[in-house]
Amino acid sequence: MHAVRVHDVFKFYKKNADSHKFLTIKSALVNKTLFGDIAAGERFEALRGVSFDVKSGQTLGIIGENGSGKSTLLKILAGISKPTAGEVVTSGRISALIELGAGFHPEISGRENIFINGVILGLTRRQIQEKYAEIVRFAELEEFIDNPVKSYSSGMFMRLGFSIAINVNPEILLIDEVLAVGDASFVPKCLDKINEFRRHGKTIIFVSHDLATIERICDDVIWIKKGKIEMRGYPKRVTDAYLEYVGKKDEVKTLAQHGEEEKLSGREKEKRWGSREIEISNVRMFDGNDKEKYIFRADEPLAIQFDVDARAAEDDFVFGIGVYNGDGINCYGSNTLLENYAARRIQGKGRVRLTVPALGLVNGTYFLDVAVHKRDGYPFDYHHFQYTFRVTSSHRDVGIARIPHSWEFSDNIAFSKNENS
Amino acid sequence: MIEKLKEIVRHRELIITLVSRELKARYRGTVLGFFWSLFNPLLLMIVYTVVFGFIVGGARVSGFENDKWMYALFLFNGILPWTWFSSSMLESANVLSVQGALIKKIKFPVEVLPIMVVTTNMVHFILGLPVLLFFFILFGKALTPWMLFLPVSLISQYIFTMGLCFLVSALTVHFKDIKDILSNLLTLWFFATPIIYTYESVPKALKYVLNLNPMTHIIESYHYSFFFGSLPHYKRFAVTILVGLLFFYLGYLLFDKLRDTFVEEV
Repeated sequence: MHAVRVHDVFKFYKKNADSHKFLTIKSALVNKTLFGDIAAGERFEALRGVSFDVKSGQTLGIIGENGSGKSTLLKILAGISKPTAGEVVTSGRISALIELGAGFHPEISGRENIFINGVILGLTRRQIQEKYAEIVRFAELEEFIDNPVKSYSSGMFMRLGFSIAINVNPEILLIDEVLAVGDASFVPKCLDKINEFRRHGKTIIFVSHDLATIERICDDVIWIKKGKIEMRGYPKRVTDAYLEYVGKKDEVKTLAQHGEEEKLSGREKEKRWGSREIEISNVRMFDGNDKEKYIFRADEPLAIQFDVDARAAEDDFVFGIGVYNGDGINCYGSNTLLENYAARRIQGKGRVRLTVPALGLVNGTYFLDVAVHKRDGYPFDYHHFQYTFRVTSSHRDVGIARIPHSWEFSDNIAFSKNENS
Repeated sequence: MIEKLKEIVRHRELIITLVSRELKARYRGTVLGFFWSLFNPLLLMIVYTVVFGFIVGGARVSGFENDKWMYALFLFNGILPWTWFSSSMLESANVLSVQGALIKKIKFPVEVLPIMVVTTNMVHFILGLPVLLFFFILFGKALTPWMLFLPVSLISQYIFTMGLCFLVSALTVHFKDIKDILSNLLTLWFFATPIIYTYESVPKALKYVLNLNPMTHIIESYHYSFFFGSLPHYKRFAVTILVGLLFFYLGYLLFDKLRDTFVEEV
């Protein structure tokens, strides 16, 4: 049995909503812009022929870049907006967690807002009365329930909204990124509740950027790209393909920046200094297969390579690198002196290569420093923050470095481990 | 159409809840609470009584030559239902954008919003009636059984106002300047309705114009059943009810037609 069937759905928006303001009623009626179709040139095609179905009890994840049409699709599924063409058939009560606490009135109490929001979401006052205690308990708002909602923190507001929406007891639950705003302690509770829904055989459609969560809770994932389904299948397979696509796209961008930054002489001065008696050029990064690359996975081998040119023979020189994260924190730094390479002689053109078996960094964008200087620090050529690379992976650990580790538990502690987290 | 009306009836609990939310929220935090809904028409009555009863007309308002207090009572009798009408119109011009989150973020029967506006203002009107009766007693004006005609006036005004509010709320989504036009139009409309003057005092030539205004007959029905204590002019009133139903039908038709555009345009 299918809980949701989507057949060849298109959704067009007017491209420039502002131009509309200058319309007069007369021209609107004459040109039929008010009721008619949108001309091909003026429309933004948010969805272009999307078809899929979701079996009852299945959890479907939807991923895609910003503006790919995910949220539009979810709004159509929720019945909030109508498709321009195509058909959506759903069976069972739908609860959409697109915006939590829609219809909350700030001036009145949480208690009254529970009733109002519940009725808005389609419950009767009686049903709400029955669930009232559970809603308040789940939202952890027992003490504050008689205070006006305007006095709530954003976390409390979100908790109350989530608690009501989840207690509507839907057969189909649509979730759009709402968990992204929750406070840290509440999100796991929400995920637990979602898992409970899954166990009870409810159908869930989950839109998120959080690939790890998608991989963990979904049976099936759809990747939407520019309004079309690019891929559907086993979560890990789809998220991997998606990551690879996003990685490649970023790589093109980063590569382009790379070329540019070497040309920018003004910026170069701020970021590059030194006497240039020894000069560094052509700084590049490679993956394990010796392919030039600037996006890496955390456990991937990589190499940093640069050309050097010593105009005159030198016997006092040190090569060094530094890695900084997006916050400007130095994650790692080392040089040949610290590692007891005693400099003997350099002259003419040469090449330096630093190989890293596994990067061991958490997800993020990093800056690379490359330098050659004397033992006392006198700089020959210092490239500061000149190069960037990214680490993307489905690991979700945080911090500065990814410390190799494994967990062990005694027999009385039980976990069910998902392979991806 | 019948199906759609049934649909609206099915949303009655939602409408009731939203109306009580509006009533609770509107005056929450104000010292005088819901009494504000009475003070606004009361204040208007005092201003017009002073201006027309004492200053401009010098107590020579046609029909009230010798009795300023009766004139005040007559004013209040008309201003009270007018306030219901005009506040409903002004608020319905904003209601879809003010409640935008409901339309954009959840599946929500949009027609409930203008209904909420008109109903909320009707409640304010009804709450004002005891005050009107209090003044009737205070000034020694007789309370007559014709006052029982009230529900008929109420329903006809509700239907007519509702039709216009559907129209206004749907169109302002697409044409924002309607809001500005509306407040001016309502001022004009106020003076084109026998509220500060009596229907009888209008020259014959102008009466034709006045007769074309459905609000004339609606306000007149309140004047008759309360102030004059007699049966309203039932033929004119019957026509008014039909016109009201026509407006309701057309208003809802347009609203329904434009309903799907609200999500994107609000």
